Amino acid sequence: MRLFLSLLIRNRLAALGAVLLLALVLLCLIVPLLPLADPDVIDTPNKFLRPFSPGHVLGTDHLGRDLLSRLLWGTRLSLAVGFAAALTAAFFGTLIGVCAGYFGGWIDNILMRLIDMIMAFPYILLALAIVAALGPGMMNALIAVAAVNVPFFARNIRGISAGLTAREFIDAARLSGQGHLRIILTELLPNVLPVIIVAMSTTIGWMVLETAGLSFLGLGSQPPQADLGSMLGEARAALITAPHTLIVPGLMIFAIVMSINLLGDGLRDALDPRLRTGALARPSPVTRIARDIAPAATVPAKGALELEDLTTRFHVGSRIYKAVNGVSLTLARGECLGLIGESGSGKSVTALSVTGLVASPPGVITGGAARLDGVDLLSLPYRSLRGLRGRRIAYIFQDPLSTLHPLYRIGDQMVEAIRVHHRMPMAEARAKCLDLLRIVRIPNPEGRFSAYPHELSGGMRQRVGIAMALVNDPEVIIADEPTTALDVTVQAQVLALLDELRRDRGLSILFITHDFGVVGQLCDRVAVMYAGQIVEEGPTAAILAAPAHPYTRRLIDSVPELGGGRRKLTAIPGLPPAVDRLSPGCAFAPRCDRAKEACRQGPIALARTDTRALRCLFPEEVTP
Amino acid sequence: MGRYILYRLISAVPVVLGITVIVFFIMSLIPGDPATAILGAYASPENVAKLNADLGLDKPMVQRYFIWLGNMLGGDFGRSFSLNRPVLDEVVERFSATLVLAGVSLLICSVLGIAAGVVSAARQYGLADKAITLAVLVGISIPSFFLGMLLILYFAVHLRWLPVSGMYEIYGGRTFGDLLRHMILPATALAAVATGVVARLSRGAMLEVLRQDYIRTARAKGVGEGGVIWRHALRAAMVSIIPVLGIQAGFVLSGAVYIEVVFQWPGVGRMLVDAILKRDLMLVQGGVTFVAACYVLFNIIVDVAQSLIDPRIKA
Repeated sequence: MRLFLSLLIRNRLAALGAVLLLALVLLCLIVPLLPLADPDVIDTPNKFLRPFSPGHVLGTDHLGRDLLSRLLWGTRLSLAVGFAAALTAAFFGTLIGVCAGYFGGWIDNILMRLIDMIMAFPYILLALAIVAALGPGMMNALIAVAAVNVPFFARNIRGISAGLTAREFIDAARLSGQGHLRIILTELLPNVLPVIIVAMSTTIGWMVLETAGLSFLGLGSQPPQADLGSMLGEARAALITAPHTLIVPGLMIFAIVMSINLLGDGLRDALDPRLRTGALARPSPVTRIARDIAPAATVPAKGALELEDLTTRFHVGSRIYKAVNGVSLTLARGECLGLIGESGSGKSVTALSVTGLVASPPGVITGGAARLDGVDLLSLPYRSLRGLRGRRIAYIFQDPLSTLHPLYRIGDQMVEAIRVHHRMPMAEARAKCLDLLRIVRIPNPEGRFSAYPHELSGGMRQRVGIAMALVNDPEVIIADEPTTALDVTVQAQVLALLDELRRDRGLSILFITHDFGVVGQLCDRVAVMYAGQIVEEGPTAAILAAPAHPYTRRLIDSVPELGGGRRKLTAIPGLPPAVDRLSPGCAFAPRCDRAKEACRQGPIALARTDTRALRCLFPEEVTP
Repeated sequence: MGRYILYRLISAVPVVLGITVIVFFIMSLIPGDPATAILGAYASPENVAKLNADLGLDKPMVQRYFIWLGNMLGGDFGRSFSLNRPVLDEVVERFSATLVLAGVSLLICSVLGIAAGVVSAARQYGLADKAITLAVLVGISIPSFFLGMLLILYFAVHLRWLPVSGMYEIYGGRTFGDLLRHMILPATALAAVATGVVARLSRGAMLEVLRQDYIRTARAKGVGEGGVIWRHALRAAMVSIIPVLGIQAGFVLSGAVYIEVVFQWPGVGRMLVDAILKRDLMLVQGGVTFVAACYVLFNIIVDVAQSLIDPRIKA
């Protein structure tokens, strides 16, 4: 059933719509050639014949007229009128839109205000007013429906034309002395035409429906002429005694509109790149976990947080991006461990993997474990994991303008963070949050409590983000570039604050950054990440003094020194590799000036010594 | 907020004036002589001339427009000749019946449409999502007047659960329960298309929002999936859903014309259709102007609601 529906809903439906529509149009075209009864011949003795009566396949209506014949002729008329209305609306809409867009200025102003006025009406009121003035009739219904739809075309086409008019080729045509009419016809119109066609194809179903509607009300086609709307209108009187006179034309309208909708949806989906790349896929509450070997659920704890060979991949189409490729780290209690690397090195994905926050699809955790007090978080059921999030492990994210909910007051967001885990009276939760806002040195916390995120400065928002992470007194804080969006003085304040909180509360912090300057100020130890792997790890002071991996040295060299200026500032040549096509050897080799043939041969192990670890065959000469 | 509302009200004045100009212009398109149109082709020339003078039709067009406008500002929308009563009385009475119907339909399409869209997004590509997508496709493809008659056939004629048409029983107290029973079928038929559109857009808006960083923050705080979807994501998605509801209100109001005819609902749409068929142009003119002006007012309410839900809009 599931598979059947899925097949049905994907693009097969669009194909079905196209085929159905094409068949209907062809059928309408050949109607005069078919051996049909005269649609208008009245035969009252044979009225209301049921379908499949001899001589009348679909039966007869209240005047004994052949329903099949009336249906086909009526469909032909309805489609023709709908198409003509679409064409008329497109013509006048284009005329207005192109003039407004091309000439701009006061012409644009007047025309668009007029369009706004027309759009201020519910569409049918205007159509009714026009039919009222011109009198009922198919032609007048066509005019009314077309007029009502002119604004839609005018607006769309004005936007496109205005955009095109600002482009160089129109300027060039003007400078070459061509007249306005010539420019519009030869330069502008060919470029607008595709838009007109798309707009027409999306509205033609509407037009068919609206003209049918007016006919249904008795304001469109007049007897004895049949169109789908008037057939339905006539059927209403005999609704109870002869429902087939209703259902026959009703299903036909339904089929027409449905096939046009199917086709339109299919076109829209095919044109939307976000659907192909999966950018509109809904992320699940927990990252998908598909590990070949399930690690032990619990082991004796070695630190507050341990990562064991953690592996996270992104499956996009047929490509697999190895964002995190076997990362092992231990964060001791009360320690601040820096995780450093360029953007795209996998450090944020590592951090998000810990509590299964990597968006999935496309993210999949394919191996390893993340242990809090020895318990593997990735083996926990969702409910237990959710209970830990924000309570024992809290995150501080980069750029709180996008990471705080824009429509809730910051106080409410903080209180919520408490109350999803603890039953605490509102007043008490509020008092606690105010305390924390004070601790992170937000001036006037009572006032800020009821402010929205957009009303605060970047530094203040970051402090709110920190305060919110602290509300449940977590053991571990994972800070994902919390100072990157801030200017230098605010950055220094926030770092000092984090350092102070860590010492006061005995927090363990995993601090993610791309900046060795920040690491030097805050972290006890540092792990350097490149292309999803740890390439070097060790005490901060030792690494800063004597980086062993060429990549680490390059990263340190790229940090400007305050008051220094004697050292040459160097950028790292090249870009980090795309993690879907990693070569078997050292990922940094292509950018490394020390790389030799051996580096490219195969995987290089992370060699651990007493306090340090290194993944390099030809390390920098360590000069003490 | 008060200043914002005032500003919106003042800026609506030219729009409403524009509406009156457009209506007046359309009505002046009537081929031939309006008095002849009213009195019929066999009227004597004296009577035509007298009616023209009575209606002020012998004056120039611009002058006639301002007289009409002035009268309307004074609450005089003219007199319906087919009903022989003031246009305004009739329009207000009929429009309130339409508002009841359209209001309930709008309520149905908002609640049902948003709920379906949210469930659809939360279960993306799941069975519920596919079922809803299919239902939406059928819903937006079926003409409301056809659906209305099908509903009558099945629920009123076949099952005899609900009345076939009208707003109240002819003999009987005008009770709320009676109104409700008469309301169910027309409101459902009227809401079908709008529900489909709202569901489809809500689904898209939710999927867009669910990928935002602040949703990840909510999850990182430990908020459960229900809270993430209904509190965090829906609130943000409402910012793009509310304008759609505003647009759908216009479509519901328009669709009400058909439904009122199908269900013999004594609303303003059926009044207009009858007036057109009887060539009661004063009633058409007054009715269209009145309803369009109300619609402008309604759109202001939608904008104000929008600024209430989104604090980033400077009110």
